[in-house]
Amino acid sequence: MPQNDVVAQLGLDEYKYGFRDEVEYKFKSRKGLDEEIVRQVSEQKGEPEWMLKTRLKALKHALARPWPKWGGDLSGLNFDDIYFYIRPSDGVGRTWDEVPETIKNTFERLGIPDQERRILAGVGAQYESEVVYHSLKEEWEKQGVIFKGMDDGLRDHEDIVREYFGTVVPYRDNLFAAVNTAVWSGGSFVYVPAGVKLDMPLQAYFRINAESMGQFERTLIIVEEGAEVQYIEGCTAPSYARESFHSGVIEIIVKEGARSRYTTIQNWSHNVYNLVTQRATVARDASHEWIDGNLGSKLTMKYPSVYLMGEGARGEILSIAYAGNGQHQDAGGKAIHMAPHTSSRIVSKSISRGSGRSSYRGLLRVDPGAKHARSNVECDALLLDEEARTDTYPYIEVEEADASIGHEATVSKIGDEQLFYLMSRGLSEDEAATMVVRGFIEPIAKELPLEYAVELNRLIELEMEGSVG
Amino acid sequence: MAEPLVKIVDLHAEVAEDGTEILRGVNLEVKEGEIHAIMGPNGSGKSTLAKVISGHPAYEVTEGDVLFRGESILDMEPDDRARAGIFLAFQYPVEIPGVSIANFLRTSLNSHRDEDIDIFDFQDLLISKMEMLGMDPAFAERSVNDGFSGGEKKRNEILQLAMLEPTLAVMDETDSGLDIDALKIVSAGINQVKQEHQNDMSVLLITHYQRMLNYITPDFVHVMLAGRVVRSGGPELALALEEKGYEWAKELSLA
Ligand SMILES: Nc1ncnc2c1ncn2[C@@H]1O[C@H](COP(=O)(O)OP(=O)(O)OP(=O)(O)O)[C@@H](O)[C@H]1O
Ligand SMILES: [Mg+2]
Repeated sequence: MPQNDVVAQLGLDEYKYGFRDEVEYKFKSRKGLDEEIVRQVSEQKGEPEWMLKTRLKALKHALARPWPKWGGDLSGLNFDDIYFYIRPSDGVGRTWDEVPETIKNTFERLGIPDQERRILAGVGAQYESEVVYHSLKEEWEKQGVIFKGMDDGLRDHEDIVREYFGTVVPYRDNLFAAVNTAVWSGGSFVYVPAGVKLDMPLQAYFRINAESMGQFERTLIIVEEGAEVQYIEGCTAPSYARESFHSGVIEIIVKEGARSRYTTIQNWSHNVYNLVTQRATVARDASHEWIDGNLGSKLTMKYPSVYLMGEGARGEILSIAYAGNGQHQDAGGKAIHMAPHTSSRIVSKSISRGSGRSSYRGLLRVDPGAKHARSNVECDALLLDEEARTDTYPYIEVEEADASIGHEATVSKIGDEQLFYLMSRGLSEDEAATMVVRGFIEPIAKELPLEYAVELNRLIELEMEGSVG
Repeated sequence: MAEPLVKIVDLHAEVAEDGTEILRGVNLEVKEGEIHAIMGPNGSGKSTLAKVISGHPAYEVTEGDVLFRGESILDMEPDDRARAGIFLAFQYPVEIPGVSIANFLRTSLNSHRDEDIDIFDFQDLLISKMEMLGMDPAFAERSVNDGFSGGEKKRNEILQLAMLEPTLAVMDETDSGLDIDALKIVSAGINQVKQEHQNDMSVLLITHYQRMLNYITPDFVHVMLAGRVVRSGGPELALALEEKGYEWAKELSLA
């Protein structure tokens, strides 16, 4: 098959969300990470003293901690070149009219207000370091659901935040969790009271606009007994020559008999380091699902985890990664079985092209006492050409003899026979390749709400143009 | 009729990767509306010929030409050939996991049209063609060839033929792997599509056995041996082959 000029076709120009805005910021820290910056962030927010103390402890830990040697190449990420805090506006709008014009236009271009009207229960929008918009439909508010920016959550519900903050992802967990804890800003605070079942998703949208920006949102979701919630997160950024840095922490507490699902469609521009810690604790007979789509970024390191702490708890991690030229997607999942009769399922699908590289990194652990645990791990990699690379690093630690564990890994190359078959039916080479890729991710795409499945397919189509080598 | 629909002239083709020659001078003419059968032992190059006609990138034509309506198609990509009206029913249909037959067929059909077909018209069309081939409409939701039985794969190829309505249908061992009832249905399906199009459709039928030719009567029968057409005749040639075997044809070709 002819070698197309994929670099030209898929250069930065192609990234659809790569536009940038000229915005007057209310406050912009100097570059770098140190105590002065952390104190500035805290002061800007006027937050309680205990939070400042937590930040400073985390900072100390972050600065002392060695950088990870595994995963991706972090040598291009230098904290001294990053703005750790940028405040774009004052306060959080409850209607789009309260959001500054330029920023509102950005979200209009991203289609957020339109989706909000049609399919969502609530929307949060973060621009740089701060949440600029937040709303929740009245019917849910009446039932006691809380959906706010994390800063407002801390101000209005300090007792709840204090009880849970850092309990699921302690700052000691990893370097980036420590950095996030030190300088966190924005993110969502979600509280779903016992028995309340949201039948429409909540969505948060994260936008980085400034060059060399670091975004450190902090999300805390508490799903009380028997409650149900679905949360969706989308992310984009303009394309700059210099690297930006996104490092969120997401903590989710799923209580007895509750159900939650967290979906991410990450489509950062190809200059963003995306290093995220997401973890859920799952109580007795409760379930949590992570659905994770990683399309953009320069490097993503992200391993959504479920801690199955109560008997009969269930966890699922479904992920799709697309690594195009110059991208590295190091993704996977962790399932920790800590109680009897817990079950987990990890399905990871990756697509790599050109100099793109995707790795599956997963941990499956069955602790002593977690009798009759069941787990199934499936990772499938699809390579689009001879150059593309994929690796798997599955770690399995099982301390109970009666655990039932399945693990399956496949690597396939998009076949000349498949392409020829489809082309002999009239599809162009790009259409044929796109169809094979769509089919490959279908088992995960079908788990997404229709609007997002369509969007995912469209993004893949865009990435696939001129992709067959 | 003046110009044949397909004219294959002294066609030589080799495996692109290692230069192994497989087709060593094939000559063949198919006029509009004709049905030709190609027979020949395993490895004689029948599938290779079919794939070269459709433009498979694994083969390189080193000499000769394939003319379609008087013009060489050798520089055309497989999808351009498909849109020009050439269809290949595969001997070994390829699996496309996660892509439904309905989605695949709609995309294929649209690629042949200037304007996309209306989704409801498509549904009607698909269901009518599936009925003709004795297929359960639920089958359209299954992934293309994924986990299909041999017979199901072949039937799916005929469904594509019926949907795409080509000018030239190359059928590579569509009869193999079919049970007796399926053979009847599939043959009847091919006949019906053919009858609907009369002179607008020609068929090149690759087969090992007379039994399919009992249902679909060819105008001509050709025997391929070691990359060449060594003998051509009427339907009686197939019967003679069945009786006397390829050794006989081999001797004839040497004589
Ligand atoms: N891509 C390829 N690479 C190497 N050898 C090939 C390739 N394609 C075909 N051949 C060889 O060319 C010869 C002809 O193969 P072909 O499939 O055309 O035969 P056929 O007549 O269709 O046989 P059958 O009746 O068994 O289907 C065989 O020896 C086969 O191994
Ligand atoms: Mg063959």
